Amino acid sequence: MITRAHKFLFMTMLLACVIMAAVLIRLRNRAQDRLQAEATAAPPSIAEGTSNPPRAVTLYVPNDLDGSLTAVERNLALPADNNAEARVLLESLVEIFRAPGSTHPISVASGVNDVYFLPVARTARGADDAGQEAVVDLSGALAVAQPSGIEPETLTLLAMMATLHANMPQVTQVHFLVDGQPRDTLAGHADLTRTYMAAEANPEPVPTGTGR
Amino acid sequence: MRWTEAAAVAAILLGSAQAQIPPPQAPQLPSLPRSAAPLVRPQFVVVLDAAHGGNDPGAHLRSDVQEKDITLALSNRLRSILRARDIDVVTTRDTDANPSMVDRADLANHAEAAACLVIHATATGSGVHLFTTSLSQAPAALMPPWQTAQAAYVTQSLKLESEIDSALAHAQIPVTLGRAFVQPMDSLACPAVAVEMAPLVGGHVTEARAIVDAGYQKTVVDALSAAIESWHSDWKQ
Repeated sequence: MITRAHKFLFMTMLLACVIMAAVLIRLRNRAQDRLQAEATAAPPSIAEGTSNPPRAVTLYVPNDLDGSLTAVERNLALPADNNAEARVLLESLVEIFRAPGSTHPISVASGVNDVYFLPVARTARGADDAGQEAVVDLSGALAVAQPSGIEPETLTLLAMMATLHANMPQVTQVHFLVDGQPRDTLAGHADLTRTYMAAEANPEPVPTGTGR
Repeated sequence: MRWTEAAAVAAILLGSAQAQIPPPQAPQLPSLPRSAAPLVRPQFVVVLDAAHGGNDPGAHLRSDVQEKDITLALSNRLRSILRARDIDVVTTRDTDANPSMVDRADLANHAEAAACLVIHATATGSGVHLFTTSLSQAPAALMPPWQTAQAAYVTQSLKLESEIDSALAHAQIPVTLGRAFVQPMDSLACPAVAVEMAPLVGGHVTEARAIVDAGYQKTVVDALSAAIESWHSDWKQ
């Protein structure tokens, strides 16, 4: 037999359930409105495809025969976003690598998945201009197409570091990944486990022996 | 239980819990010999490290030629010539094996060598590429870090590279000099140079020669042995 007390308790709990459902639906609608408002108010500068007018950039092109890096000027319309700008710079370099008659041939369609930036931790001395670390995520296809050897692999890394540093001076350190993963070497030789100082990419021609 | 007693009990429990957690494991790296400081013993020992080997073929120089085979052939040939000249030689591998980078460096460091040559080969470029570490010169330390042991030998490594450069130039072989981060170079506690042999591209002085050309390999090995002999008389300076 159902007592009055049980009926009262059941009705009270049913009412509480209805009120809670109404509150949850209301909260959900408010959260949805807030997210839509934030998406609408996003700054246009990070939208994809936004580019600045073309400007002169310097790309450092390696030469396998003498181990040198040569500065090449190009006019490029770079995106406003830093990450996209770095990616366009490096892809332009890879385009030179795969061009017919390249002095550092690498046959790959796309060499860089993405470039990310991290603030460089300030030193104990508190340097204000510690700069940024560029994390360059190379494509697996580049690592496969990269000719194996100390010289060719080192030149690929140096060219990328020199190009980044020349056009984005705030880049002081560079770390390389392949398809988003850490890797021991680029193609069996050049060490990718370490973070490179961008200034190590000396664009001056490497001195050569006299036997040529 | 009063508050202070409860806190004391909690501290004891926390302490015992922490005591059961093993400390983080540092990478197990071999210790450097005492002579890791740039002091060299009177005996003149040369370490030859034929890169790659075993399941690591290195570069594919041709469809039927792998880097590991060329480096081993160069190492064995150079070892024979140096031993014929009464120079002690230690090799990191004599067969198609692939010692780890740590094992290679450990062997070289315990040999307390006067010269360490890391031998590579590539299909790119022309002549011979010589590389020293990209580390900056650092003062000798009693217990140098394993990963940067080479830093105390940068000046000596550059001198050794200069000797090899001269010998190769004398043999009419083009040389490219550079600095690179290549393992196990940075962990070597000895004057160290990476020697990377490439094919010879024809020019106005040189004629084109493949990397498998026995005569070309002999010329390179002879130049390296001449450089080591020259280093034998200069290395203490």
